[in-house]
Amino acid sequence: MARRGSWAIPGPGPRAALPLVLLLLVGFAAPLLAILDYSFMPPRTFSLTGEPTLENYVTIFQSTSYLSFLWSLALATVTVAVLALTCYPISYGLVRVFGRWATVLTLLFTIPLFVSENVRLYGWVLFFIKNGVLLGALKTYLGIEFDSWLFTSSATVFGMIYVYLPFMLFPMTLGIAMVPNETRDAAFDLGASRWQVFREVELPLSMPGIVIGFLLTFVLAVGAIAEAKVLGGQAIIPVTHDIEIAFTYAQNWPLGAALSVLLMLVVGALVLLVLRRFDLDTILGRR
Amino acid sequence: MNPARRRRAVHALITAWTLAVVVFIYLPGATLALASLTSTRYFGFPIVKWGLDWWRKTFNSIEIHQLLEVSVKIAFIVMVVSVAIAFFGALAFARYDWRGRSIYQKLVLLPIFFPQSVLGLALLLWFNTLGLDLSWKTAVFAHLIWVVPVATLVISIQVYSFDPTLEEAAFDLGATRWQVLREVTLPVLLPGIVSGCLFSFLLSWGNFPLSLFTTGADSTVPEYLYAKMVVGYTPGVPVLGTVSTIGAVVILLGGYGLILMLRRSRDRRGTL
Repeated sequence: MARRGSWAIPGPGPRAALPLVLLLLVGFAAPLLAILDYSFMPPRTFSLTGEPTLENYVTIFQSTSYLSFLWSLALATVTVAVLALTCYPISYGLVRVFGRWATVLTLLFTIPLFVSENVRLYGWVLFFIKNGVLLGALKTYLGIEFDSWLFTSSATVFGMIYVYLPFMLFPMTLGIAMVPNETRDAAFDLGASRWQVFREVELPLSMPGIVIGFLLTFVLAVGAIAEAKVLGGQAIIPVTHDIEIAFTYAQNWPLGAALSVLLMLVVGALVLLVLRRFDLDTILGRR
Repeated sequence: MNPARRRRAVHALITAWTLAVVVFIYLPGATLALASLTSTRYFGFPIVKWGLDWWRKTFNSIEIHQLLEVSVKIAFIVMVVSVAIAFFGALAFARYDWRGRSIYQKLVLLPIFFPQSVLGLALLLWFNTLGLDLSWKTAVFAHLIWVVPVATLVISIQVYSFDPTLEEAAFDLGATRWQVLREVTLPVLLPGIVSGCLFSFLLSWGNFPLSLFTTGADSTVPEYLYAKMVVGYTPGVPVLGTVSTIGAVVILLGGYGLILMLRRSRDRRGTL
């Protein structure tokens, strides 16, 4: 920063940040304000300047929409729990066991991120469907016939677990990589058991990454829209589906906006609460 | 069991579990590829009649060409714009110390920690309020809101490992700001920029929830596939799904190779 004095005010930091901040103001903050405004408009209107009313919110609390809300939150919670248990051993392996193979494995786990979720979910449909890969093989080779478990609520959760796996895995791996080897070795040298090292050293020190993984998966799972439709066959109606219906078939934008605002409140509160506690510089590897 | 043997057993378990999950991850992709090679109207396993008929039909369809064109066009523009904004965004994120940086860092994360379907709808509403007609252009804008923050994070990780004294040394040797940017900052950060390009292109290429609400009459590959798959089995769907998977793999491996090459040539020159 030796030259800062010779540069014009404002400094290089704010100037470099400016394009991104402008983009987010126009493309993120403004739309959210618009949706907030819409949620107070009379039902079935398409303008931002009507007489403000609370009618949409009243409608939501009197209807069964809150059920969709609870479903979405419950599905997201199950997804996070299952993924935490699934990903921890893999993350641990990527950091401490696999050595040079870790790069290859990371690449393998990255690729699915770039294929849209509905394509991959459709692969599962063809796998599980009647006469599909699984049931067809069982029938032909073993002579056993089962009913397909597609289009059930458990298939929806399965789809979410599948789609959001990388979003748990990568932050968790970053978190585990933050635990210095020396600290672990020191704990072992002082006579700690494996379990003690895990509970008192590994877990607390890798917590930032783990919590970010939880948060990211939860938020994405709450916003999931394709899983329930493609795999779940609408056995469950998540809140995102209600919102989509309000905006499309029902043509009731203010109602959809009010539902979105409620969802944003839950997610926003959670995100701000968690992010406030962490220093991003340490997590992302500033030295 | 002695500690060393127990350690080996645990490692073997971890390895087995990881490989099982890799198989799990690729199972649907493999199923799609299998289905695309079926010549019959409906997919059934074991496959009765193999063939490339649906591949031929898909590639001869003008509609599919248009879809691919729209998807590639959107992804390419998103990539160029994202990386330009994210490059500077990452410098502000990770390189400079300035008042408001910590708030800025959180602001950048917000769109990532946000349900994408809701973001898509919010943007739809916003475009409508502004009186904009929906087309692939509005979809580009929608993708940017989500892709630029991701690209910023990806490039930031490279910026964190960047030694600022390199720039200062160049300044002290009398380089202008433009020269420092071109001769020092850009080359050192190049691997991060290439990763940023890869992420931007591919995330846009595979995006569904944002496109769904913001493309208007235009359609991208994921949207088309979705529209087809909710109404029943269409033989072209596995073909196009396989194409989009293979496309992503090829681009990712190519880009990864490029990054390795850049690292190697940089190490040879001994600049870092």
